[in-house]
Amino acid sequence: MAILVNENTKVLVQGITGNEGSRHAQYMLQYGTKVAAGVTPGKGGQTVQGVPVFDTVEDALRKIPDINTSIIFVPARFAADSVYEAIDAGIKLVIIITEHIPIHDALRFVNYSKRKGVTIIGPNCPGVVSPLKSKVGILPNHIYTRSGPVGIVSRSGTLTYEISYHLTQAGIGQSTVVGIGGDPIIGTDTLEVVKMFEEDPETKYIVVIGEIGGTMEERLAKYIGSGKITKPVVAYISGRTAPPGKRMGHAGAIVSMGMGSYESKVKAFQEVNVPVARTPTEVVKLIKQYIR
Amino acid sequence: MRLLEYKGKELLNKYGVKIPRGAIVKSPEDVQTLKALKFPLFAKSQVPFAGRAKMGLVRRVDTIKDAENAARDYLGKVIQDYPIRKVLFEEGVNVAKELYISITLDRENRGYLMLASTEGGIDIEEVAKKSPEKIIRLYIDDYEGLRDYMIRGVAQKLGLEGSAAQDFVTVARAMYKVFTEYDAELVEINPLALTADGQLMALDVKVMIDDNSLFRHPDISVEDSDYTMEELEARKYGLHYVELTGYVGIMANGAGLTMATMDLVKEFGHEPADFLDVGGGASEDSVKEGLKMLLTDDRIKAVLVNIFGGITRCDEVAKGVVSALNEVKTNKPIFIRLKGTNEEEGKKILAEVGLKTYETAEEAMEALSKAITR
Repeated sequence: MAILVNENTKVLVQGITGNEGSRHAQYMLQYGTKVAAGVTPGKGGQTVQGVPVFDTVEDALRKIPDINTSIIFVPARFAADSVYEAIDAGIKLVIIITEHIPIHDALRFVNYSKRKGVTIIGPNCPGVVSPLKSKVGILPNHIYTRSGPVGIVSRSGTLTYEISYHLTQAGIGQSTVVGIGGDPIIGTDTLEVVKMFEEDPETKYIVVIGEIGGTMEERLAKYIGSGKITKPVVAYISGRTAPPGKRMGHAGAIVSMGMGSYESKVKAFQEVNVPVARTPTEVVKLIKQYIR
Repeated sequence: MRLLEYKGKELLNKYGVKIPRGAIVKSPEDVQTLKALKFPLFAKSQVPFAGRAKMGLVRRVDTIKDAENAARDYLGKVIQDYPIRKVLFEEGVNVAKELYISITLDRENRGYLMLASTEGGIDIEEVAKKSPEKIIRLYIDDYEGLRDYMIRGVAQKLGLEGSAAQDFVTVARAMYKVFTEYDAELVEINPLALTADGQLMALDVKVMIDDNSLFRHPDISVEDSDYTMEELEARKYGLHYVELTGYVGIMANGAGLTMATMDLVKEFGHEPADFLDVGGGASEDSVKEGLKMLLTDDRIKAVLVNIFGGITRCDEVAKGVVSALNEVKTNKPIFIRLKGTNEEEGKKILAEVGLKTYETAEEAMEALSKAITR
């Protein structure tokens, strides 16, 4: 099982001839991901890492109709156009790695994807990996060597690596690891991924890596409080020491209008008995208590 | 980024929002242009933070000579690392009532949100805390847009009647235009004054523009934003830098890990001096420049480097650390945690210059904690 990506995932890489696109197409192939085709307007007919390149998403799908997932490496100012192209061509899962996409662009294409029944992960995210099955993203291959019972959903790339690494070191594998991105407007949020984990028989425990800004964690806590999540959840939230009103790198990591503070998130989780780790490594200890 | 008041006013005025008559002054000699205005004027230093009046950065001037003195006093002065480059001189306004209005992004509903209140002139967060019922909230669907009847509804709740209610439609529409056309994250007028003669006028304005959209707004300059000199410098190298008040320098990759590193410093009873994210795929150069900033910062007693390389390569980071140390002579201890892509090469490069690395951030922090006193 696993969620979002698995053995049947067949990937289109939009922006495959760029630096990031071609390098990560290679890493994904090395990981065992079925990378079927790439798209770069004007470069149809070429191959990258042995993968055929097409001018348009439609061309690629005409030739390889069972492509079901697209990953986007297209530069920020052209990225929105690529997202619409993927949605309009009928691809149902679009993973957007590109960072620095204007927020208003993201808001419009995310709302469009919802109307069309398309799942978007990102933008500005590290992607998704179901260890030993498939990786659609930029997460380092060597960390994801063990499949197992823990599902991870995270707003931060590097913290995802950090926590997955410590779990794997401790002998605890992961079912699926989803980096949803740290921007203020993203396609799929923490709560939506947690609901998918709840439905996934392979996932037994859920790790939520959050950060200051927005109310995603608070909304998740409320949902857990309603009793609809039966699997144990452990959380970590970064930004305890961030001053209010200042943006900490991630476009979304800002405490504004008194909302989205570290305290409000921790309090929300504690009220529904979700333990919150003080450091990334403490997540492993908290998960172990459940696994024992 | 947050725009200076005068720039935000300029944008809103372009779409029909009335603002007090005034002029911007960049040097004391410029004050001659103020002759066209009606004294007394108010000299408002253009700094991007709240509480200017309390900091003595706003004053009344009665003559050109006064204005020149104010310009001399203010221009070039550095407040919270921010150098005053411009002073706005404005005519006074006879205010009957102060309102609040803003448009922001609604993250939760993935749309826009208009907030309005009869309690203008003060911090809206205070109003939200003390009397939330005094805040009017209007959700705007990005696809359907803002309709006039919605604005009229807000005007009614604010108690506006007649021509003031009509003016309010113009104001809200102008704000919505600036918000959508300039990729804004916030457009706020506070206070929006109802003048004694029944007009609506924007007395102070706050506009925040999404940095990522700047490529399509050539008329917006970072000179008119809230970036300090250091932040501007850091941006040149693709670094995200935020100055904090402590004494432990921090450099990490990725916003989440950098925040987690700040939190770890605090967990050990120390205070972080900065947030410095070298970003994904940092080069030797950006690491070097980032570390140099920390090593030359007198407030900093020791530096913690926390890298988990995904796209970022540990050998590039190590090279950057070594070249920073070659360029800056320092006795500041540096504690480095290096993990991930090309870790072995990175460790080797650092070992050659006698730098030790740690396996986990906790271990590095523990060593740092022992090496310094609070």
